[in-house]
Amino acid sequence: MKHKPRLPQGLLTTGSITLTVLVLFATLPGYASIYTVILLAAIFMYIVLTLSWSIFSGPTGYISLASAAFLGTGIYTSAIFGKMLPLPVVVGIGGLASFCLALLAGALTLRLKGIYFSMFTFGLVELIKHLMLWFEINLTGTRGRFVIVVDHITVYYVMLVLLALTILTAYAIRRSKFGLALQSIGEQEEAAAHTGVNVTLVKVSAFAISAFFVGATGAIMATRWTYIDPYIAFNYLFSFMPVLMAIFGGMGQLYGPIMGATVFAYLEEILITRFPYFYMLFFGIILIVSVLYLPNGLAGLIQGWQKRVWGARYVHP
Amino acid sequence: MLVTFLDIVIAGLLLGGLYALIAMGLSLQYGVARVLNISHGEFIMLGALTTWAFYTAFDINPLAALAICGPLAFILGFIIHRTLYKRLLNSSGSLALFEGNSMLASFGLMFIVQNLALMFWGPEIRGYSYLAFPVDLAGAVFGANRLVTLGFAILIGLTFYFFLTRTRIGKAIRAAAQDPAAAGIMGVDINNVLAICFGLGAAMAAIAGMLISMSYPVHTGMGLEYTIIAIIVVVLGGLGSIPGSFIGGLLLGLIGSIVTYFEPGLALAAYYVIFILLLLVKPTGLMGKS
Repeated sequence: MKHKPRLPQGLLTTGSITLTVLVLFATLPGYASIYTVILLAAIFMYIVLTLSWSIFSGPTGYISLASAAFLGTGIYTSAIFGKMLPLPVVVGIGGLASFCLALLAGALTLRLKGIYFSMFTFGLVELIKHLMLWFEINLTGTRGRFVIVVDHITVYYVMLVLLALTILTAYAIRRSKFGLALQSIGEQEEAAAHTGVNVTLVKVSAFAISAFFVGATGAIMATRWTYIDPYIAFNYLFSFMPVLMAIFGGMGQLYGPIMGATVFAYLEEILITRFPYFYMLFFGIILIVSVLYLPNGLAGLIQGWQKRVWGARYVHP
Repeated sequence: MLVTFLDIVIAGLLLGGLYALIAMGLSLQYGVARVLNISHGEFIMLGALTTWAFYTAFDINPLAALAICGPLAFILGFIIHRTLYKRLLNSSGSLALFEGNSMLASFGLMFIVQNLALMFWGPEIRGYSYLAFPVDLAGAVFGANRLVTLGFAILIGLTFYFFLTRTRIGKAIRAAAQDPAAAGIMGVDINNVLAICFGLGAAMAAIAGMLISMSYPVHTGMGLEYTIIAIIVVVLGGLGSIPGSFIGGLLLGLIGSIVTYFEPGLALAAYYVIFILLLLVKPTGLMGKS
């Protein structure tokens, strides 16, 4: 006799909590102040950046510093097409443009391992930035561009949808064979290839998928900045931040990067206008402390604590 | 025509000497200590700004500031390796893991050093005039300070080369670069050697910063640009090869000078194109071992 398929208890609770939170966020502009809406959109942005980074870099261990390139691509899509096309199309194009860039970069960097990959991705951001700067000054005759302004509530909702999509994708990848393949690449790439994983395909597609969300985020968040130039759009900080946030939060669990991004996005909000240097200093100290003492981040800390309280049996591996 | 050509070549060598010096420091830190030190440029910035401060506040000759900046940076680097990277090296399971972790820690270090400097000096662009009189070289005219910079870069490069090949510590460093474990078994105090390498790298960065401050304006945010150039040169010359870094630096300076002559806006972009092509085609660089 076969068992009836049944939803596992854990999934049901997680699902209902997620749904409640989603409904709460979806109705938020109705009762919260506009300040909260703006702050939340910024926090969502960092969560999407961090979570997308950890989709690829978390399991594989390849430290990508290309987030700024994908975000900048999205930002420029918005600056170029923002006036002609409806917003959802622009956001979609931003995502697709980054997706294609990541496919290309991924296909080129297949042979690079470890630290070489990090250097390449970092070089990529700077290369695009300087080519863009040269192009703008010499061929379009300007340095920066103006982006159409979109009202805060719309930005908020688009970011909320992107956030939900990113979380869903990250979750689906973790639970799938594809995610398992990524994990095995991180553990031992050659062994993964020998067990029949198409290493190339898996790596490049994960890289491109993660880039899609970053590009789409760039396209919508660009409307916040109103004026952009290559230095703003391809700011290397957008490459470093997601890495730090993900490491601080811990990549073993899905909620790790979300927590890390939320904490830092909020800290940035309250600190950066008053003590900008102090914020960045703090940022550096936290990064070193995380690397030294929190190899599994906040999520690892919470798991350790759960194990002590409830015993190892009840904790997800 | 000939003068233009000489102009370009000499300008390239002047720039390249600086690049070589910066890259040799990073090469030592990455090639031996295995730390891809993203905060390398911050030590350059520290060297440049302390030299500026000494010159404007106490009227101390920039070249004399070398005697203060160099040893100070060495001690700072030595302590950082002893406290931070040694601990990371022990806690990381494999070398690949350590490379990743130490790079991330050096990002943290970059933020810390840069923002401490910002709190202290602020973001203003500063400069001073020293040895700024023109010198005529076969029809091409250059500032004396640039020539002094090149002279110093070559002098330090040569000293360093003899230090590595002729002294006991130099031999220990080369042994550690080849195989840290075997060097340890042969009686090399490996932790000490790695910390010395890191300290020497920092000292060379500070000296380069001092030379930069003589010819270019300096500010607290200048570091990262030089870090990137150092990384490009180190990859160009071959990771872990000190002569490679020296030649790579001069070569990149020449390329920069040539591109600047034709299209000033594309010099940095050209560096990245070379860098990316190199990573794709020959990641071991000009003189690196595969």
